[in-house]
Amino acid sequence: MKRYSAFAIAKEAMRQHTGWDRAWAKRAPKKKYDAIIVGAGGHGLATAYYLGKNFGITNVAILEKGWLGGGNTGRNTTIIRSNYLQDPSAAIYEKSRSLYETMSQDLNYNVMFSPRGVIMLAQTQHEVRGYKRTAHANALQGVTTEWIEPARVKELCPIMNIDGPRYPVLGGLWQARGGTARHDAVAWGYARACSDMGMDVIQQCEVKAVRQANGKVVGVDTTQGPIDCDKLGMVVAGHSGVLAQMAGFRLPIESVALQALVSEPIKPCMDVVVMANTVHGYMSQSDKGEMVIGGGTDGYNNYTQRGSFHHIEETVRALVETFPMIARLKMLRQWGGIVDVTGDRSPILSKTPVEGVFVNCGWGTGGFKAIPGSGWAMAELMAKGQSPLTDEFSMFRFREGKFIDESVAAGVAH
Amino acid sequence: MLTLHCPYCGVDADETDLHGGGEAHLKREGPGSTDDDFEDYLFMRENPKGVHFERWRHAYGCGKWFLAARCTNTLQVFGTYPAQTPEPPQEIRDKISAARPGWSWGNLK
Repeated sequence: MKRYSAFAIAKEAMRQHTGWDRAWAKRAPKKKYDAIIVGAGGHGLATAYYLGKNFGITNVAILEKGWLGGGNTGRNTTIIRSNYLQDPSAAIYEKSRSLYETMSQDLNYNVMFSPRGVIMLAQTQHEVRGYKRTAHANALQGVTTEWIEPARVKELCPIMNIDGPRYPVLGGLWQARGGTARHDAVAWGYARACSDMGMDVIQQCEVKAVRQANGKVVGVDTTQGPIDCDKLGMVVAGHSGVLAQMAGFRLPIESVALQALVSEPIKPCMDVVVMANTVHGYMSQSDKGEMVIGGGTDGYNNYTQRGSFHHIEETVRALVETFPMIARLKMLRQWGGIVDVTGDRSPILSKTPVEGVFVNCGWGTGGFKAIPGSGWAMAELMAKGQSPLTDEFSMFRFREGKFIDESVAAGVAH
Repeated sequence: MLTLHCPYCGVDADETDLHGGGEAHLKREGPGSTDDDFEDYLFMRENPKGVHFERWRHAYGCGKWFLAARCTNTLQVFGTYPAQTPEPPQEIRDKISAARPGWSWGNLK
């Protein structure tokens, strides 16, 4: 792999950029792999990357039914934060956030991580108490967050109206080291690094069946033929239920649509990420100048990657009181992704009833921020059968009543 | 916008009038049931990509709960029926079979 650098750009400029390699190799599937990862989104690619980097397992294929990073990795609002309430969540999300800090250097690929800071607004007394509690919990967990008063919120985000009639801003939970990153670059950077380690990233290869012998996985049947494997990692977000059904078990998740939208590009006006969970909306400004807006999920099971228009309307309507200046903005694009939501709003990183099959799903509305941490933990789980980061996130926690309840801390917006 | 026919008041209700209630035909477990049964009842879901049976409430209308058969992959609605129906009516199952030959949902075919 040719390293990317300022020097390389200068060198290529001398010869009309004819010397660049393909970022990742296009390969046909081999007969057998030590491990197959289904799903070449951020989480799947990160899992493969850390299998190779941390555990030296490089005989790995990453299968993708569509194109690389074309699911939720390309459809989210790119927010990165780790201000969760429960200890297991804080551990894995903070691991993830810290890996984002060095990701561009680690992958030699500019993921444009921008630690611009994230404010979660408190707009009711209930939220004030909730976020103060989270700030205390974060202090104990070693996650740097602080409770800030309304004047400081206004200072950090001057376009905000903090004394709206319905939902005045009563303060906020501020994580200065949260921020955003370039979502596609995260997938591309991992894919390039995986390919460089000799792994096969295989696109347009849909898994049709999971083959088992004596309760153990032996391979998968795909649209590009059968492929054998010793271990299988299912990292397919919204389609986890479909894959689980192929393997013969059910998951405690439901798949629903989550929408986002961006405005026309405007001059820089907001250099932090703001989340307003009472009114179900969050917003940041992209490097191109577009206001990136997200809201809550649609209310029913849906695999169409489309949502209902009235949800978009609710999200924007709610944000207009807090951000009066967006009232006259034209919206440029709107899209939906299929998110896999668990009952306690926490993910599942787990062994399954089928030996050799591991599942990484349930990130729901907040998976992007978790990509590196999730990959790190999932790789350890697959390589060693156990990881301190995934112990609490078993799919069997529900029957044991050991929920990791983040529905309060995470609210609706993620 | 999703539109469902309310089998009680007869209105074709828009999605904004309705509230989704999740999977239908769950078998309710009680004292004496095994942990497996409780886990299935409380947490495990079909979550299919295709034919799905689910609960809806005509929240901003007559207020009644009813059930709907719908495809989660195309949003096609096959029919709605009263909540007190223990299994999807044959008429709706025939309609689904015509549109999606070989469909299945849990133990239903």
